[in-house]
Amino acid sequence: MTIPEINNQTYTFHPGELLPELEGHISRGRFERVLRNGDFAVTAELAPPDSTDRNEVFEQAALFDGFVDAINATDGSGANCHMSSVVVCALLSYIGYSPIMQISCRDKNRIAIQGDLLGAGALSICNVLALTGDDVSAGDHPEAKRVFDLDSISLITLIKKIRDEGSFLSGRKITNPPQMFVGTSINPFVPPVESRILQLEKKINAGANFIQTQYCFDMPMLKDFMSKTVDKGLTEKAFFLPGVGTLASSRTARWIKNNVPGVHIPDSIFKRLEGAEDQKKEGQKICTELMQEVKEIEGVSGVHIMAYKQEECVAQMVKESGVLGNRKPWSPKDEY
Amino acid sequence: MYRARLFASKHARAYEVIYNATSPVILSTLRVINKITKGRLDRPITWSEKIIKGFLFDCQMCGNCVLSSTGMACPMNCPKTLRNGPCGGVRENGNCEVKPEMKCVWVEAWSGSSKMKNNLAIQEIQFAVNHTHKGSSAWIRLAKENKQIT
Repeated sequence: MTIPEINNQTYTFHPGELLPELEGHISRGRFERVLRNGDFAVTAELAPPDSTDRNEVFEQAALFDGFVDAINATDGSGANCHMSSVVVCALLSYIGYSPIMQISCRDKNRIAIQGDLLGAGALSICNVLALTGDDVSAGDHPEAKRVFDLDSISLITLIKKIRDEGSFLSGRKITNPPQMFVGTSINPFVPPVESRILQLEKKINAGANFIQTQYCFDMPMLKDFMSKTVDKGLTEKAFFLPGVGTLASSRTARWIKNNVPGVHIPDSIFKRLEGAEDQKKEGQKICTELMQEVKEIEGVSGVHIMAYKQEECVAQMVKESGVLGNRKPWSPKDEY
Repeated sequence: MYRARLFASKHARAYEVIYNATSPVILSTLRVINKITKGRLDRPITWSEKIIKGFLFDCQMCGNCVLSSTGMACPMNCPKTLRNGPCGGVRENGNCEVKPEMKCVWVEAWSGSSKMKNNLAIQEIQFAVNHTHKGSSAWIRLAKENKQIT
């Protein structure tokens, strides 16, 4: 752990600096460069704390140092309250990390979102992930009002408009529009499965530059989905980072399958977990193997790791999987 | 009405034929009515649209009607009011994440659309709803807009 270094202010606070503009690049962030360079990228999800202590953000981020290219900050994931994704990204950006700011349409209307995008740009946040978001009924405030003024595709359209046309939706001009690298998610496993590829095409036509998927535990299904994606030529228009995750036990897996909408876990995974002596270890082993399998799929540009409450294992899993080869992602430890 | 709404997406092709045949008639009639009455009948027209579309499609009177592009399934019945396809939370049986007893509106929409002749309309990107049109008649608006064009 490197937290004492943070507390001793080895990492001085300064606004993350944008990289120089590059031909053919949308943003001035590191994440896009890794992808355009053709390197296999690794992204990981950070769970924003239920606290005002910024060190909790830094502690979690430090767990990924040297193994992750970009860090996703979730926006009220599962419709539960946590520190806001804008602020988590701002903190990360100040250190120099490459954050991906998730925006959920559940809680903010188009006025709030456009304001956040400008703020994010001012804080050198270069990547956003446009999401519809879980419904309020999934979280700890089911009595809250749903917003859903936009949906994920409208949100992509909005971000693209701000960026490329340099104006708000109203048409009012923006000086220095945010140069955002826009991502979105797709769940290849929900019915009707045939329509998923069309939905993906729609998202890419709207302007998505990269795609991070929902948890993929069913590799044959993912491979089938990816081969259709390649056939449609979609992998030439956007970068694909399938999502993988850790399951702490077969009980957790069962709970996720029954309670988290849209997560598809095949029986083979349950069998492996149930047959293992140490289920937590087995869950990590599965995740490591999934990463290796994902890397071999045609059209894939990287992997997205969602290791909720097991963030400390991410570095080890990436290391064991060998997906990075000899490459070492940027780490603040090299910088300071 | 839920059952009428399921019927609509199930028979989307028939509805499409009826829609294509009647909508020019309805619009031109409305244009004439509007010219004569100068908008004095807007309220009863809006009211009848609400009754008819409410019964057939569970119309929510968003005033931004896209039924013919969404397989005759009204997207405003989605608890998240998604206009461009389903969220990632559709259940394995094709039902809604939020209302488990209801078929996902977008599962209905895709199946309706696949039966329609213009089955590519569902791929058009629909930008977010213009909330200033809420409660107003999409028919009258279309009639008036067309009038401006012609």
